Amino acid sequence: MMSIQPILEIDALSLAAKSNERLVNNVSFSLGKGESLGLVGESGSGKSLTLRAILGLLPNGVEQIGGTIKSDVSSAMVFQDPRGALDPLCTVVNQLVEVVYYRQRVSRKASRMIALELLERLGLPDSLKKKDRYPSQLSGGQCQRVVIALALACKPGILLCDEPTTALDVTVQRQIIETITNLQHELSFAMVFVTHNLAIAANLCSRLCVMKQGQIVEHGATLDILQNPSDPYTQMLIDSVLPLPELEGSRDSWN
Amino acid sequence: MTSGLKRIWNTPSLLVGMIMFAALILLTVFIPYISPYDPSEQNLSAFLQPPSAEHWLGTDQLGRDLFTRLIYAARTDLKIMVLAEIIPFCIGVFLGMLAGYYGKWIDTVITLLSDTLIAFPFYLIVIIVAFASGAGERGIYITFILVGWIVFARVVRGLSASFRNQEWVASAQTLGLPGVRIILRHLLPNVLPQAVVVLMTDMIGLLVAIVTLGYLGIGITPPTPDWGTMISDGQPFITTAWWLSAVPGFAVVYTGIALSLLGDGLADIWRKK
Amino acid sequence: MELALQIKDLTVHYGGFTALDCIHLNLEQHTTLGLVGESGSGKSTLARVIAGLIAPHEGKILLGTQELKKKRSREQRKIIQMIFQNPDASLNPKHSIRQILSEPLLFHKIVGRTGVEQRCKELLNQVHLEQKALDKFPHEFSGGQRQRIAIARALSVEPNILIADEPTSALDVSVQLSVLELFNTLKAELNLTMLFISHDLGVINAISDTVAVMRQGKLVEQSPKDQFFIRPKHEYSYELLSAVPKMPKSSTSGGFL
Repeated sequence: MMSIQPILEIDALSLAAKSNERLVNNVSFSLGKGESLGLVGESGSGKSLTLRAILGLLPNGVEQIGGTIKSDVSSAMVFQDPRGALDPLCTVVNQLVEVVYYRQRVSRKASRMIALELLERLGLPDSLKKKDRYPSQLSGGQCQRVVIALALACKPGILLCDEPTTALDVTVQRQIIETITNLQHELSFAMVFVTHNLAIAANLCSRLCVMKQGQIVEHGATLDILQNPSDPYTQMLIDSVLPLPELEGSRDSWN
Repeated sequence: MTSGLKRIWNTPSLLVGMIMFAALILLTVFIPYISPYDPSEQNLSAFLQPPSAEHWLGTDQLGRDLFTRLIYAARTDLKIMVLAEIIPFCIGVFLGMLAGYYGKWIDTVITLLSDTLIAFPFYLIVIIVAFASGAGERGIYITFILVGWIVFARVVRGLSASFRNQEWVASAQTLGLPGVRIILRHLLPNVLPQAVVVLMTDMIGLLVAIVTLGYLGIGITPPTPDWGTMISDGQPFITTAWWLSAVPGFAVVYTGIALSLLGDGLADIWRKK
Repeated sequence: MELALQIKDLTVHYGGFTALDCIHLNLEQHTTLGLVGESGSGKSTLARVIAGLIAPHEGKILLGTQELKKKRSREQRKIIQMIFQNPDASLNPKHSIRQILSEPLLFHKIVGRTGVEQRCKELLNQVHLEQKALDKFPHEFSGGQRQRIAIARALSVEPNILIADEPTSALDVSVQLSVLELFNTLKAELNLTMLFISHDLGVINAISDTVAVMRQGKLVEQSPKDQFFIRPKHEYSYELLSAVPKMPKSSTSGGFL
């Protein structure tokens, strides 16, 4: 699965808080064009910080103390809390137009066209175009679609997803993940997907990095890791996935 | 060093505030042993003297030792400041918890009352009360019981309303604890830190009010020494003996800074916890 | 089977919004009912109504044979206890663990003053926490430990019915597993009747005997667990079940079979 030329290379990345506490320690991985990588781990494992480091948006008080991040393409991020990622006082269409206008450098009129096209592509209802809609008038799932549209408006080579479905209901989660998968097929961007849900990562990503306390404990092809985990922590994560009986007449919607 | 002391040591604003305030309190307590003068004793042969070894801050127009008067005035002003805050603080915290915890009509009544009272300018009420009850300490106490509680009630009401939705309050309710017990045993320790910080800043406002009223001649009445009357007494001599007015003014500023640092420091410590 | 709790025609409005719409629900003695539903389906409201934190507008709740009125007696309150979702907010931050556990013990006169210390230690032991936890404050514990303390506090008054509102949702997966195990042990040891609310179907499967599904304030299905997960009656239940992300089939190792 590894492509010859990686578009993102992270080498020995280390992040620390001002108090010198190590938050991410010696993390390395690379990403090929169109590839999906899952970063899984529990809270405090440093997976979200790693993602923010790629975007160059480290929170206050956290510094990069070592390592390099090399990337030839632009990246954009989809956040965990969709409502928090949108400006509550600006209509969603205008927010999207704004991003298209500044990132794609086209005329106001053209950016509006592109924005509406994007909204349609993400399966958002037509009413968004006709009426001014604010984020508070949309459901959580619709907000997350808008956030994804905002990220795609930057024409990213890499889409960074930080637990994009954790705050959503299961049925909406499934729709969002389907949307992301379809868009990835169409637009062939690469993706780093951060989640604590091993099942989602397993379904979406061809490779996994398992993180624990700021370090990668295991790294490899998804199926290999799930079948033959070499680290006890990975085994523990696999064991923590609660089983469900087989549903009768299931169309097996997850791959 | 215990962890409490260590925390104070690591919070410079609190440390400096405490030292400044403690110095003032020590002076007011020990002034009879420090100064050989009586604050009201006149000595017309030595009036308006500049600062010297004998009179550290000089003397006023009646030859009274300025330093002695300054510290005795601190006794009066600080005593009134503390006494006038105690009752409003208790009333305000209690009403605020009631309003925030129960909401509904209790909240409406308390909010309406505080909104109505706060609509009157503070000094207007003081002046009316002062004229009705005669100038002096009593007017300040009465006014403050009337309006001083509002600031505490507002802060505590907001805090209590947010705590009411927290799960530890809900679990106290499911355990069957009665409302009064939840308010006193559970809410009170949680709202008190913030209320005390507000108390510190509010005391500065009260001190300024006491001094202003003294200055206007409707607060503390002579011959009791008070910073406000001292400032006003020194005013005619502002060109020849400026320190007569400046020194009590500085004392107000000093106390204000001390209280403000104390408040900031306490807020810091409680936030860090 | 004897019914521990019967809910009849329960309705709650918030302004114009109907949070609970004519709910009928029975809780059998010594069983666990798993309540699932998406956000806004009214499951937390239902829990709070049963716990007596919200008064219903219509309908009634029967505890055994007696009806629970708006004003509940001390004894009635004691019988139903609740555990909340957020471990950061469920314990009074200014109280030590000793205070947190001893207050209900003394208030409901479960033990006398002399027996409090001993009982507190037993409670901690029951939720697998060390005795030295007594002198600490909530902020000194992890989320999972705090949830254990909340469980100990709820159990202190020896309730018959325990309501757990998403008690593991804020926890890491590994911690979630150990807290679920604790619930399973406790309900067997203490013969508890439980109402366990979760949006996570895996959690519901791990703990329930019966499953009830809520949607937009209505109860759409109540079925025995084995039937629910294999042949759900309602279309919405089917939709929920098929939306759960599954581990890839080819992986046969591990505990997710």
